[in-house]
Amino acid sequence: MGAFIDIFFRAVFLENLALAYFLGMCTFLAVSKRIKTTLGLGVAVIVVEGISVPLNNLIYNLVLRHGALNWIGFGQMDFTYLGLLSQIAVIAAMIQILEIVLNRFFPALYNALGIYLPLLTVNCAILGASLFMVQRDYSFTESVAYGLGVGFGWALAIVALAGLREKMKYSDIPQGLEGLGITFITTGLISLAFLGIAGISF
Amino acid sequence: MSSMQTFTTPLVKENPVTLHVLGICSALAITNSLTSSLIMSVALTTVLVISNAAISAVRHFLPSSVRLLVQITIIASAVTVIDQFLAAFMPEAARTLSVYISLIVTNCIVLGRAEACAMKNGMGTSILDALGNGLGYSLILIIVATIRELLGNGTLMGYRLFELAHEGGWFQENALFLLAPSAFFIIGFLVWAIRSWKPEQKEKPDFKPIPLPYREER
Repeated sequence: MGAFIDIFFRAVFLENLALAYFLGMCTFLAVSKRIKTTLGLGVAVIVVEGISVPLNNLIYNLVLRHGALNWIGFGQMDFTYLGLLSQIAVIAAMIQILEIVLNRFFPALYNALGIYLPLLTVNCAILGASLFMVQRDYSFTESVAYGLGVGFGWALAIVALAGLREKMKYSDIPQGLEGLGITFITTGLISLAFLGIAGISF
Repeated sequence: MSSMQTFTTPLVKENPVTLHVLGICSALAITNSLTSSLIMSVALTTVLVISNAAISAVRHFLPSSVRLLVQITIIASAVTVIDQFLAAFMPEAARTLSVYISLIVTNCIVLGRAEACAMKNGMGTSILDALGNGLGYSLILIIVATIRELLGNGTLMGYRLFELAHEGGWFQENALFLLAPSAFFIIGFLVWAIRSWKPEQKEKPDFKPIPLPYREER
């Protein structure tokens, strides 16, 4: 349980995908104007990361990895080079299925997530989490913690930025810096704050 | 648009990074060293050219309902080739760039150009457009990486240019430039510079403050 919590907090604060690894930046900068929309997007990211990372972990460990197909006599096969294709396919398929299921059983949540759900297919935070999971050799339970953690961390970061940007509407920003420029600098400052958490040992 | 313009507009005027906010992730992540930025630029430009050419070549056979799937598959295949090539011939670079090479798949520049250009134009135009956008992206990467590596470490591509203070030189390195926040600041200031130079790139403000009575109208 300790390792579980450790990986979760590490993924939320120290190794925050948005602020330390710069993943999912396009969405992060483009959709962070209002807190309400970012909350919907944040929930979508947590759900998709929480399912896709463990799912990719299972596929990697049971099919692609060297020697994983021993049980049907393909022990010498190494399919790791197909990892990228399989991960992006799994993510795209999973989001489609999730969309259909949510539409059928949880229409309220489906409407709240709206357009953001399909767009997450090309969000690099989603694919990046799966790639990091493979690179760090996480077990299945660890990958569950990691998936939830990165989703939560990303959501936290984008809600924080949206909160600041809502306040910043009223500020008098220098010519040419409004919009994209000041958003970059604000994100830099949030990232600096998260860096401070690195001093705390868990 | 002439073919020369197709190539030159994405360099500054419609730069994919600073105007369209595409492909930011890798532009920020690997720019703490000039060498990896150069490798990344070459990798991205190659993938962009391959995918734009391939998608443009098959565009008449693509039913629009499955076009995204086909595009992603083509892009992912091109990226896998680059990834395997780097792992085989430049293992050192492949290790530093880690997941960011694979993440070219979800780099919005590649899919964005496939949708915006390759689906509508012939192969020649698509390839030129891919080269232009690749170079526009590389330009930003090289500027940011030069600032970060020089000020953060006193080196460029691993060669020492500034003698460090604790080794008897004069330059006090600033480790912040090697960390994540500095990339945000530098791109922020770069956007500021470009938009002061070309004000037409500014977004429309979604909120205009009511002028205060004592303030002069601007």
